[in-house]
Amino acid sequence: MREVIYTIQQNEVLTAGVYRMALSGDTSAIAAPGQFIDIQLPGLYLRRPISVCDWDEGGLTIIYKVVGNGTAQLAGMKPGAALNCLSGLGNGYDVAACPDDAVLVGGGVGVPPLYGLAKRLLAAGKRPSVILGFNSAPEVFYEAEFRALGVPVTVTTADGSAGVKGFVTAALPEGAYACACGPEPMLRAVHARASGGQFSFEARMGCGFGACMGCTCETLTGYKRICRDGPVLSYEEIRWQQKKQ
Amino acid sequence: MPDLSVTLCGVRLDNPVIPASGTFGYGREFAGLYDINVLGTFSFKGTTLLPRLGNPLPRIAESASGMLNAVGLQNPGVDRVIAEELPALAKVFHKPVMANVSGFSIEDYAETCRRLDACEQVGWLEVNISCPNVHGGGMSFGTDPGMAAAVTRAVKAATTKPVIMKLSPNVADIAEIARACADAGADGLSLINTLLGMRIDLKTRRPILANTTGGLSGPAIFPVALRMVWQVARAVDIPVIGMGGVSSAANVLEMMMAGATAVEVGAANLVDPFACKKIIEDLPDEMARYGIRALSEL
Repeated sequence: MREVIYTIQQNEVLTAGVYRMALSGDTSAIAAPGQFIDIQLPGLYLRRPISVCDWDEGGLTIIYKVVGNGTAQLAGMKPGAALNCLSGLGNGYDVAACPDDAVLVGGGVGVPPLYGLAKRLLAAGKRPSVILGFNSAPEVFYEAEFRALGVPVTVTTADGSAGVKGFVTAALPEGAYACACGPEPMLRAVHARASGGQFSFEARMGCGFGACMGCTCETLTGYKRICRDGPVLSYEEIRWQQKKQ
Repeated sequence: MPDLSVTLCGVRLDNPVIPASGTFGYGREFAGLYDINVLGTFSFKGTTLLPRLGNPLPRIAESASGMLNAVGLQNPGVDRVIAEELPALAKVFHKPVMANVSGFSIEDYAETCRRLDACEQVGWLEVNISCPNVHGGGMSFGTDPGMAAAVTRAVKAATTKPVIMKLSPNVADIAEIARACADAGADGLSLINTLLGMRIDLKTRRPILANTTGGLSGPAIFPVALRMVWQVARAVDIPVIGMGGVSSAANVLEMMMAGATAVEVGAANLVDPFACKKIIEDLPDEMARYGIRALSEL
């Protein structure tokens, strides 16, 4: 982890309510796809954790959906503005642990970290395929970017207005090794259909670096902090909790 | 060079800055970021006799200039703290550490303190009778003067180390609880723990926290904390550690002017992991600005 002042280079709408922001600055603390940065915003006490979509030596991109005060404020920020971030947080995807034919499964704003993962799997000589799930055609983003990497891409939409009709599991081969990121019901469904893989979780966090115990979950291998021991957990250790209503 | 040192219950601190329990774990996460020996000491994660998972998620909610938490004393239990955390800490932290203890019965508190009493690394026991996020323990001991005194006496009988009772702000008269602890033999007091609060998610119309209520911390509570530190410092003759929303060197000086001997920093560590280091580095200039040569003179 490192405290870094990033400079906004670009902040553009990808699709309704979803933005891509390019930041320049020190990325040396980022070691794996699936890690995140924790962004300080004026007037808000807690930082906002956002997953890294892709990075290189000079900067990184994040993709975020406006869901509350923090992301609304991010959406209004202009190139040139500075962002105080904790960079390189969390345990990301283990590229070496992925088989040659891993299937990357993203749902909605769970899609972005899989882009960085796909690039690194390709760089490691592997041949991943990608399933991108959305509610409907107007929400689809990053299909072209994934295709430009040369990986097979299947888009699914819940209403059938683009690609395969249904959820991501409609396109997921049974028994696949899945690297997934998306809402928890999607992760559960993918986990049930897959036979191995790595799954990225979301949680309301306090600190983002493992100090406050605000995002602890129970796994088959003990208590894990989503922010530090996750957000990526392995297929074998995940223990699904019964939802309390 | 101004003198930052203070003496807390007979033990000298290089400076009065102490990361507060629950915001600094057992030191590991921060030791990877900076040399934590720059701290006066730190108060480790609230530890109980038996391991605890804590409360269901969500445990965190935001509010203006602060945050609510309902972690619920997640910790590995005192035996694993002694067997694993303290030896790991000894490699990176070479000062006495403050052991924060919580419990669900008077016997719990006494037994946990008895086990920690055997640890040379432990300089002080900070006894949390003020956790708002557990049921049948924690704060229920800190809101009644008789119970607070009973825990104090039991813990004092179980250890020879200085005992600092950590008080709840969720009471009508904090000075009354403070006097009860002091009369029962406490060596020091620390305050305030978090203020009981709540948030509701407008979309779901349900509380954000799975525990419904949680403890409010952060700059929002600083004036309340300062007032209570002032009230308690006037009411007792034992040292008082001030805490509650402290986020800057100026806040540290203000707490000490209200009567605090040392100052704990809590939520600030969570939004800026380097907060305590920066506060310690800022203290000399801040002291010079107000003509303070030695913190011990405040």
